[in-house]
Amino acid sequence: MAAMALEAHVHTEDSGPVLELVGDVDGRAEEALGDAYTEAGEANAVMLDFHGVSYMNSTGIALIVGLLARARTNGQALSVRGLTPHYREIFEITRLSDFMTIVDEEEGSA
Amino acid sequence: MTALAQTWRKVTRRGGAAQTTEASEEVAVTISTVEAPSVEIAPNDPLVAYLQSSGGAVDVESLELESPGVTALREAGVALVVPLISGGELVGTLNLGPRLSDQQYSTDDKRLLDGLAAQAAPALQVAELVQKQAAEARSRERIEQELKVATLIQQNFLPRVLPDLPGWEVAAYYQPAREVGGDFYDLFELPDGQVAVIIGDVTDKGVPAAMVMAAARSLLRASGQRVVSPGEVLERVNDLLCPDIPEKMFVTCLYLVVDPSTGHVRYANAGHNLPYARTADGSMELRAKGMPLGLLPGMKYEEHEAMMSPGDGLLLYSDGVTEAHGAEREMFGTPRLVEHVADPASGDLIDGLLTQLQRFTGADWEQEDDITLVTLCRTLASGVQNGLVTGIDVRFTLPSETGNEREAMQRVLDAIEPLGLEARRVERLGTAVSEAAMNAIEHGNQGRAEIPVEVEVITTGGELIVRIRDVGDGPQATDVESPDIEAKLAGLQKPRGWGLFLIKNMVDEIRVIDADGRHTVELVLQLEGGDGDGSNGA
Repeated sequence: MAAMALEAHVHTEDSGPVLELVGDVDGRAEEALGDAYTEAGEANAVMLDFHGVSYMNSTGIALIVGLLARARTNGQALSVRGLTPHYREIFEITRLSDFMTIVDEEEGSA
Repeated sequence: MTALAQTWRKVTRRGGAAQTTEASEEVAVTISTVEAPSVEIAPNDPLVAYLQSSGGAVDVESLELESPGVTALREAGVALVVPLISGGELVGTLNLGPRLSDQQYSTDDKRLLDGLAAQAAPALQVAELVQKQAAEARSRERIEQELKVATLIQQNFLPRVLPDLPGWEVAAYYQPAREVGGDFYDLFELPDGQVAVIIGDVTDKGVPAAMVMAAARSLLRASGQRVVSPGEVLERVNDLLCPDIPEKMFVTCLYLVVDPSTGHVRYANAGHNLPYARTADGSMELRAKGMPLGLLPGMKYEEHEAMMSPGDGLLLYSDGVTEAHGAEREMFGTPRLVEHVADPASGDLIDGLLTQLQRFTGADWEQEDDITLVTLCRTLASGVQNGLVTGIDVRFTLPSETGNEREAMQRVLDAIEPLGLEARRVERLGTAVSEAAMNAIEHGNQGRAEIPVEVEVITTGGELIVRIRDVGDGPQATDVESPDIEAKLAGLQKPRGWGLFLIKNMVDEIRVIDADGRHTVELVLQLEGGDGDGSNGA
């Protein structure tokens, strides 16, 4: 579980753009996350794929909150998939899950 | 036999011929005529027995004895042989040629010669004994001196004190054989707080082995301070030793780096005996392959890892143990050693093993080779009951640099691994530790790297407690308002400020202690009997 700066790749599926996150969602992820979100554009729905994420901390949560705020402004729906049970719990207790859909496994993919 | 040879030398000097014979199994006789052909008489020649019992000078001419010795004496022109007998033992002869007057030796002559021989024989024997003893003493002294030097070198290069590791018991036993071998061991702390543990054995004995041992040990220490990877240390030392090591000598060596706070062990092996760990599940072999040091340059050494839980003990040893012979010449062997390691009832790793070895070899055993034993035992803070690990006491510090919260998390998780907690609880604690450490680094110590964050992991009174301590002169966020995601999304709260909220939700209890200018956050998990599943909001 070595620390690894986040890489975010954008690809498009039937449901819309998917931000594939690989690495750590922490303070160092701000730029990668912001850039990828910008790249995803003005689609109605944006998916965050957490399959490649093994670590997230409170600064990372703040970044997701930031994305949510942007999505709200843009009138976009934000979803997340690939959460481990632990990070799913964190999405729930922070109530992030009240504002974005947590997709169970691969049902949202093409 | 040496005695005889030396006697002959004295005798022949009288005649001026400087012939000597160093034969050890033969009686050598040298004759002092002008041509002075040497005469050799075999020890089993009947002449020897004849002279021993002759009672005086013997006329060679008239001697009726079938003997190559007599023939040889005649050929050499010896007319009269006077045996030199001392304590009933033939210690030499006086060999005389024909009288210059061409007359026979008279009875008086013979009596005179016999008298002379009776005086000379014991004197010769005594002189010879003295000479022999002096030579033996010199050689013994030289060997003793060499042993002393070898022992001195060896002992000077063994650690005088062992490092004091909290939560560990470290012990070493070293008993050189009379003819000192090349065993060595070393333990020293590395700059990052880990500890290097080394055991090795140089082929050969005495001063040469001690010299190579000293060189190897110094190279290992120097490389160990610069490089942490055990495989790389062995690789370097091997390359440095190869050009200088005497031919046919090499060094076996096991190199371990132990993290005392977590029990994590990294190791590599250069042809040394494999160490064994005593664990709750029996013995565990720490296997690794590699060529001995000093044989071939450019060798690579496999690196392996192992985990030592509280209660585990590791035994490193030299082949002086396993190759010790019993009364029936059978070897002690590795299986007996492994059996001892596996069975806690067989006693302490070192003392118990020595007792068994003593029983095996018997009382009058002369130790054949150096015996070296090094043990590292991870202790239990509050004991172990029925093989169930309950005690943990791990402390470490980290520089206040962003990113080190990950290190803190990992080390705490390594430390609690023996508790075998449910994976979800472990993950929650990990997140809590990471958040608390990040607060300590960024707020408490204000990111000043030189101020350490102190971490303690202990189990006590049915609780697992992780203490994270900073100097606490930064603003503390001990009881901030609960973060509200709606307020954050509406821009009424900053997006950040989740740390403490997360911590509170990840552990069973959080205690904050401000005392003596230091700020301590205690993260508490109830162990069995407490709030078992520790679930929070999930």
